[in-house]
Amino acid sequence: MTHVITVPPSLDDHSFEQVLEQVAPLPADAKLLVDARHARWASPYGLTALLTLAQTRDERPTLAVPELDETLSYWSRAAFFQHAESVYDLTGTYPKRREAGESNVLLEITPIAKSDDVHTVVGRVQERAQQIIKTELKLEAKAIIGFAMTLSEVCQNIIEHAGRGGWVAVQSYRWTKRLGRRVVVIAVCDAGLGFRRSLESAPGHLPSSRWDDAAALEEAVIRGVSRFRDRSRGQGLAGARNYVGRWNGKLSVRSGTARISIVPSWDDDVPLAEGLAPFPGAQVQVIIPEAVAAGGSPER
Amino acid sequence: MMNHIDLSSVLRQTLACDLYSNLVTRSTGAAVRFQIEQLLSASRDRGIALTVIDFSQVSMIDFSCADEVVAKLLMRYSSDDPPQDAYFLFRGVTDDHWDAIEAVLERHGLALALEDDDCVRVVGVLSEDERRAWDAAYRLGRSSVADVALEMATDPEEARDALDALCRRRLMMRIDDEYVAVGSPRD
Repeated sequence: MTHVITVPPSLDDHSFEQVLEQVAPLPADAKLLVDARHARWASPYGLTALLTLAQTRDERPTLAVPELDETLSYWSRAAFFQHAESVYDLTGTYPKRREAGESNVLLEITPIAKSDDVHTVVGRVQERAQQIIKTELKLEAKAIIGFAMTLSEVCQNIIEHAGRGGWVAVQSYRWTKRLGRRVVVIAVCDAGLGFRRSLESAPGHLPSSRWDDAAALEEAVIRGVSRFRDRSRGQGLAGARNYVGRWNGKLSVRSGTARISIVPSWDDDVPLAEGLAPFPGAQVQVIIPEAVAAGGSPER
Repeated sequence: MMNHIDLSSVLRQTLACDLYSNLVTRSTGAAVRFQIEQLLSASRDRGIALTVIDFSQVSMIDFSCADEVVAKLLMRYSSDDPPQDAYFLFRGVTDDHWDAIEAVLERHGLALALEDDDCVRVVGVLSEDERRAWDAAYRLGRSSVADVALEMATDPEEARDALDALCRRRLMMRIDDEYVAVGSPRD
């Protein structure tokens, strides 16, 4: 029997939870039809998480592609279909070749499996990030290097800890609904070990009385703990946390059944969400918003 | 004697690729550090080595790579059992590199000698006495404990303690009974 999973019209880190809630009760070998026909918009997180979802299934799922031409065009420019073909059976009509042209996609969906992939990603993003961060987000030049560093560190998280490949995408857009400003967004998703299992593999790991996905995320993201004994480890996410703090951004890390967020004043998310539908691996999102002038409106 | 290590050249050899000038990822950092250690080892027989680590052609460095290339290099050569006598002077470090380097120095309580325009300064984690002693020795060039103590306006024992601590941290060279700050114009 095939189970239909409905993709919400607007797919981001929050609405993706609706997808996971539908999948959670089903066994891993259940046949899924992921119905994205009515999807109109997806964030980089939404697209990379959709690919990751397919990686978690024993039985190759089917994806019904969006019906709207505009949506198909964007998903194509983001290289979604190119990668979806490797993990889904696709139904519906979609561009078979990636559409080129002007786009706010800083980095199309790119697989991350080894150290060289991180070099490629950072190299490709640098030039475009420079233009977007300075001219569109109106941030200081210093924010550009920090952005590339943060991108590098969150991608390395996959290589160091996931135990399998993942996906990264970077996009800039005007976030009208929640912020009314431009943002640049990094999404990095994998279906690997996840934070709790990674930390449990540390030599001599002794779980605390309250040891679960949320506790593991607090250890890793807030306290910089790593599965490695080496005191040097655990700096990557700490660096990303400092970067988003400095530029009034948001960092969210979801793993297993929990999500931890560094929440800026412009957002009303909770710092720690527990009891979410289970999802393997780790899903990271970094949002850097356009600078605001002293009067409260975006700088001009 | 002085070695000069251009990190962008080492990076290109490490990656076997001319496309990128970014020092990113921990594994790249470990490979670059290994190359630096090989180059130092090759010059081992030529006496005390002052090695310039040159960032001039490096676009950026991330935290993980800075930890491998900078922090672990400094820790290894300032340990109780270093592979050889070696001192480091960092050149071409810009604001684009500094966030990552500063973070790893703070995390490990390290300091390094940094060439900045026409002068050299020590940056990172140092005690007040260490910083004053280094500044005094740098101004003086090769000098005795008594000279440094006079320059610091302190007693010789305090100056000697600070200078010896700096020697252990590879920020100061001891030659016979005199001290030379790493990067000092008169060394």
